[in-house]
Amino acid sequence: MPDPNAQTGKAMIEISGVTRKFGAFTALDRVSATINEGEFFSLLGPSGCGKTTLLRLIAGFDQPTEGGITIDGQPMEGMPANRRPTNMVFQSYAIFPHMNVQENVAYGLKRMRLDKAEEKRRVEEALTQVELGHLGKRRANELSGGQRQRVALARALVMRPKVLLLDEPLSALDKKLREQMQVELRHLQKQVGITFILVTHDQYEALAMSDRIAVMFDGQIAQVATPKDIYQRPVTRQVADFLGGMNFVSAEVAAENGTSLTLKTRGFGQVKTERPEGFVVNGGTATLGIRPERLRVLWDDDRSENEIAGRVVDRHYFGEITHLIVEIPDLETPLSVIETNDFGADDIPVGSQIRLAFDPDALVALRD
Amino acid sequence: MTAAVDHVMPAPRQRTVRRNWLRSEQGRGFTLLSLPFLYALTFLVLPMLVVFAHSFWTQTYLTIDRSFTLENYRIALTEPIYRDLLLRSLFISLTVSVATVLFAYPIAYYISFYGGRRKGLWLFLITVPFWTGYLLRVMAWKVILGYNGVLNTTLMGLGLTDKPVESLLYSTNAVILTLIHAWAVFAVLPVFVSLEKIDRSLIEAATDLGDGPLRRFMRVTLPLSLPGVTGALLIVMIPTVGDYVTPKLVGGTEGVMIANAIQAQFGRASNWPLGAALTVSTMVIVTAMAGAAVVVMRGFVRALR
Repeated sequence: MPDPNAQTGKAMIEISGVTRKFGAFTALDRVSATINEGEFFSLLGPSGCGKTTLLRLIAGFDQPTEGGITIDGQPMEGMPANRRPTNMVFQSYAIFPHMNVQENVAYGLKRMRLDKAEEKRRVEEALTQVELGHLGKRRANELSGGQRQRVALARALVMRPKVLLLDEPLSALDKKLREQMQVELRHLQKQVGITFILVTHDQYEALAMSDRIAVMFDGQIAQVATPKDIYQRPVTRQVADFLGGMNFVSAEVAAENGTSLTLKTRGFGQVKTERPEGFVVNGGTATLGIRPERLRVLWDDDRSENEIAGRVVDRHYFGEITHLIVEIPDLETPLSVIETNDFGADDIPVGSQIRLAFDPDALVALRD
Repeated sequence: MTAAVDHVMPAPRQRTVRRNWLRSEQGRGFTLLSLPFLYALTFLVLPMLVVFAHSFWTQTYLTIDRSFTLENYRIALTEPIYRDLLLRSLFISLTVSVATVLFAYPIAYYISFYGGRRKGLWLFLITVPFWTGYLLRVMAWKVILGYNGVLNTTLMGLGLTDKPVESLLYSTNAVILTLIHAWAVFAVLPVFVSLEKIDRSLIEAATDLGDGPLRRFMRVTLPLSLPGVTGALLIVMIPTVGDYVTPKLVGGTEGVMIANAIQAQFGRASNWPLGAALTVSTMVIVTAMAGAAVVVMRGFVRALR
């Protein structure tokens, strides 16, 4: 898979054919991926998809049943967690309750036996990085959720790991703080230049922060791509559905070659699309997807090369946007359309006939 | 003048004020506390006051002379026999409590970390020996440690000695051994509870930050379980100082403890004031020792960081 955003192009982590079984349950099924140096890489998926299991295998808290992981060219087989060049920010933050902020951050430095001044300097540097310089003497139980998260981050960063692992680090924070931390984490990663691997079930978090995202379902990686590609060109119906809304239209395969497909649908007519990775023509049918915001309402005499007509059957108001449900005569399921409210989409009466414009490039063929 | 005005306040209003106070948080608190308080007063404070008062009086054959004297304390604290008994009791209880905790910690650790789904079963099995009476268990040790007991016959059977080892029973060691066995469960439980409360991700975090199994135990698991260890230490230390059944049954002359002397003063010797003075002295010293134990443990936590 090509990765335009790869930072240096040098592989930091190679995951090859990793399987992890817990008794009869297979948590990870022959997972392979390459994570580059300096990259912000996210593992995204619903709970139980194996993303945390994969992170714990990289950290060394768990061993793969089959397959292997190398970090910076070194095979990690049999290497315990305490000797790996990785550090982790735990979901619960795991702040040591019997120590203050400074002692927490200095925890891992103690065994390096640095001289006192150097240790102090590094602790302060790490605390400044996460903007906690003034709270060094605070006890762990006197910290807010956001502050605990920052301490956990500083405690891991101070070790200067090759890879920083983040296990749902923002899920315990409220919405405002979470959005603020997303931006800060992204800046921090650029600043320190360390490879970050983030585990999350929140697609917006993954889209906003990552260089590349691996979407996982049922112990397998469904797709690895940049946020834009994964959102605009999902390869499977499951990936498309997990990342925001998607209209699915069934189509017939009219023509195919190695890189493209020509699909015939009712409603959207004949469209030529990219052939998704691993697509197999099976019985000549396929699924076509289009994002609700890529359908645009045509006002009055507006014309478009590609348009489709239907009747509004429902309307939901969301402040800055309106969500329209439009029934198209030839399609079995109504289309969902998202329109910004600056032209009065919130005033379109339910039951009225409207025309919608679409960009054929926005239509993607999907694997089922 | 204002006081006079208060007094002419109409009666019904005063009643509502009182009822409101009873319903207030404070009022309800005191009401709830009053019964346990009465209980504690009757069965704890009053008897202690009686003992305390007796310790300043003098036994004159059959009656008690109630004039104030410190003579009993002089005897209790300076007579070599009582001083030796007290020191021996403190030594035994300290040894027993430290040994019991050292012995209980690995058990509690194993159950907490490796007990899996059978934690409950393990704890239950540990309590099984305690279904029999305390006396029976002490008697069992007599059978094990006796001249022709299980241990001696085994030693002889293995050819390790040709005649029974006499010092097994009726010695300080026998008392210590029996007490450790008797108090093990009481030490396992508090340590187990404090180990259970440790968030396992803290131990993973310590590993992640570079600590091997021993270092992370010393820096995370042990300091966080110390409240349980201190609790276990005190639970064993305080009652064992005052034990008199065990020394009487397996201690012989060498294993006599201060409680045996106190019992003698209230019984055969019939010198209640001296018994009371010995009791109060022991109580004060045990309290001081327990306090010292807490301070030492706190210092230990700080040193571990």
